[in-house]
Amino acid sequence: MTPGGYAGKWLDVDLSKEEIEEFSFPDETLEQYFGGRGVATKILWDRVGRRWSDLDALAPENPLIFATGPMTCYYPGARICVSGKSPVSNGVVGSTAATEFAVDIRTAGYDGVVFTGKAEKPVYLLVTDEGAELVDASHLWGLNGEKTLIKLNKEVRETLKKRKPDVGLWKEPGTMYIGPAGENMVRHAAVMAKICHAAGYGGYGSVMGSKNLKAVVAKGRGRLPAVNAPESVYLLWRKAHRDCMTNTTFRRWGTGHLGYGCGADTSSEPVRNWQEEWHDEKTMGVPHYMDRYWVKVKWSDFNCTTNCMKVSCIKAGRWKGDITDVPDYELQAYCGTNLGIFDPGDNIHISTLMDKLGHSGINCPNTMGYAAELYQRGILTENDIGFKLEWGDTEAFDRLAHMMAYREGIGDVLAEGTYRAALKIAHMKGLKPDELLKYAVHVKGIEIGAHGTRSDKDYTQDMCYAASVQGGDHTSTVTDGYSDMSGAVFQDSAVFCMFTASPSQELIFDFAKAVTGFPITVDSWRRVNGPRIVTLQKALLLMGGPDVTWEPVKDDDNPPRFYEPLPTGPYKGMVTDRERVDIRTQAYFETLGWDERGIPKKETLDRLGLSDVDPLMEKFRQ
Amino acid sequence: MSSIWIVRDYENCSGCRRCELACSMHHEGWMWPEASRIRVFMPFPGVEVPHLCAQCDDYPCVESCPVEALSVDGGTTAVIVDEETCIGCGACAKACPGTVPYLHPRDRKATICDLCGGDPECVKVCREAGYNALRLVHEGMSGHRKLFARNPVDVAKDLAVKFFGEKGEELIV
Repeated sequence: MTPGGYAGKWLDVDLSKEEIEEFSFPDETLEQYFGGRGVATKILWDRVGRRWSDLDALAPENPLIFATGPMTCYYPGARICVSGKSPVSNGVVGSTAATEFAVDIRTAGYDGVVFTGKAEKPVYLLVTDEGAELVDASHLWGLNGEKTLIKLNKEVRETLKKRKPDVGLWKEPGTMYIGPAGENMVRHAAVMAKICHAAGYGGYGSVMGSKNLKAVVAKGRGRLPAVNAPESVYLLWRKAHRDCMTNTTFRRWGTGHLGYGCGADTSSEPVRNWQEEWHDEKTMGVPHYMDRYWVKVKWSDFNCTTNCMKVSCIKAGRWKGDITDVPDYELQAYCGTNLGIFDPGDNIHISTLMDKLGHSGINCPNTMGYAAELYQRGILTENDIGFKLEWGDTEAFDRLAHMMAYREGIGDVLAEGTYRAALKIAHMKGLKPDELLKYAVHVKGIEIGAHGTRSDKDYTQDMCYAASVQGGDHTSTVTDGYSDMSGAVFQDSAVFCMFTASPSQELIFDFAKAVTGFPITVDSWRRVNGPRIVTLQKALLLMGGPDVTWEPVKDDDNPPRFYEPLPTGPYKGMVTDRERVDIRTQAYFETLGWDERGIPKKETLDRLGLSDVDPLMEKFRQ
Repeated sequence: MSSIWIVRDYENCSGCRRCELACSMHHEGWMWPEASRIRVFMPFPGVEVPHLCAQCDDYPCVESCPVEALSVDGGTTAVIVDEETCIGCGACAKACPGTVPYLHPRDRKATICDLCGGDPECVKVCREAGYNALRLVHEGMSGHRKLFARNPVDVAKDLAVKFFGEKGEELIV
């Protein structure tokens, strides 16, 4: 019998051969890896394994994975995890997004999809109760996100209606897609959902582009998979929602109050490529967004009552017609303050542009801010870029975002992401790499989320990015190698939203047990299941390649900027404490059973059932 | 004739779909969004439209049924489907001005909101979450109810303009 919470089948799509097969996992694998990030990492190890270092993430052989988890749709806040070998870090990132695709793929009878190969022409995958098929997407290729979604909604609804005309009205399908940035393999491009939801970290939009895969679409009419203890799940579902409903700040403002707060209060917001982390620009305050732009203040994803989303629309002025969400804090910061933009309308415009072009709204503007700092310092000139790139010049950043998406001029270099662009520009200018890398704010190639560590007043501290297998990803930062295992690692594997997660770990794990029937506990996730996933991620990250590998110790560190004293604000002079970074990184490694250089030890691998990984770790040990 | 009715304030709908989950829990014994008697359509993100029976005063669905499987509950005025009798022909869906009824994904039986006998689950969870996009009212039967039996895509076209101004005209095709 299939354990509870699983549809029990996966789709295996070979885009080169245009073949689609179904497969399943043994119960033991599901119990160990659960779903989402866990199962994706396991798939990557099984399918690529020792060939990892030679596999180009943008080559057809890279498996691209869309994975739900057993708690998806049941636990409030339905999401899906997108993964594969990351073209940004060359490791594994479990990149999650809220989307009805997660619901429809499960009600159609599948837990996930693995794509390999490369389609000859652009295609999209359509999954229904009758199975899966590849559909020509030539007419969608080149369209921006908004237009892609509008066309797909209409076209798929009509297809379904034609096939079953008498069952009544067909709802729009669940859809994930790429914009021009993904199509043109901008290395950190996002996989998009709805209009402004994104699996942003990891660069899986470019992996879709490399496979000529424009979208994945599903419409299922079946019931959600059976669970182990339905009465308990129902009660816990009600309880979990009560926790969501008490999150009054998020219900009111989402993370939209932080665009001012993380600057003015905690000094942890990127300002002008992190040259500062403080500002007191009251225009960035939440009322300026709410009063003028929010047309819906309680906007939810499937089965969510935290409703941190708000719909923004610009109805007058030069950016008229722009529609996006809050923007949430990350995009307030990255599409705002980080570019020296402090006007909510301009901020909404750049955020909308990120969505439409299919850029990651964190990673792309990190690279744009990096370029602007190089311009400020005279390293990149007007001649290199084609125009002046001054802080706060929204039109200039608009142009630059287009140039990146279409890989025009300097945009082609910047489309490689901050780290690789830095190396290319160093080469271009005949400068030493370090002279360019000192302004690059990334860890393991992944541009850092909009929470700094210098003031020590935010949730992000010292080594939280430096030691992480997902580098700069602010949604999966690390603390002690123990509590984070039942936090982000678990949430991304069970696949539900971090903003709906109950403060009660007991509730979450009771829920997990009631859904699956597996005898799992907080403790088993902290000591075995979580470490198994992260250790496997670590092994693959160490192997890296082929274009970039990360050195143990040297690259398990913060960007140089985080060791420059904060120049302004109430925490002026504060700096990330290097000694504390080292001590806590060591403690983290030790807790996980990795050696002092972060290489998983043999006994750890044996204990976690990963003995076959050990020979590959040998060359990293000293 | 006194009856109960579910008022829908589309602007308040967050799109959380808890109404679908609560409805299907009640009627199907498990969470089954596409077997919910209320279905939330999202023709464009941000424009969510709960779609459910409007209880027209002349009940065209009941009239259209060739086998008299549909009837009107004397207490609540909801449409009741006799599943034994229903032949799954889809005539009710065609007759409905808003194409609200649909054929159940399991057995192709006509599926229509029965107001849970007078205490609808969808309204309860919507109120609990503070959205109040769905509200229960007790009132006399009236002719204007039928005006609410609309195709959700048409409703969304109007809402999109209300939310987004001129831009809204382009978003739903």
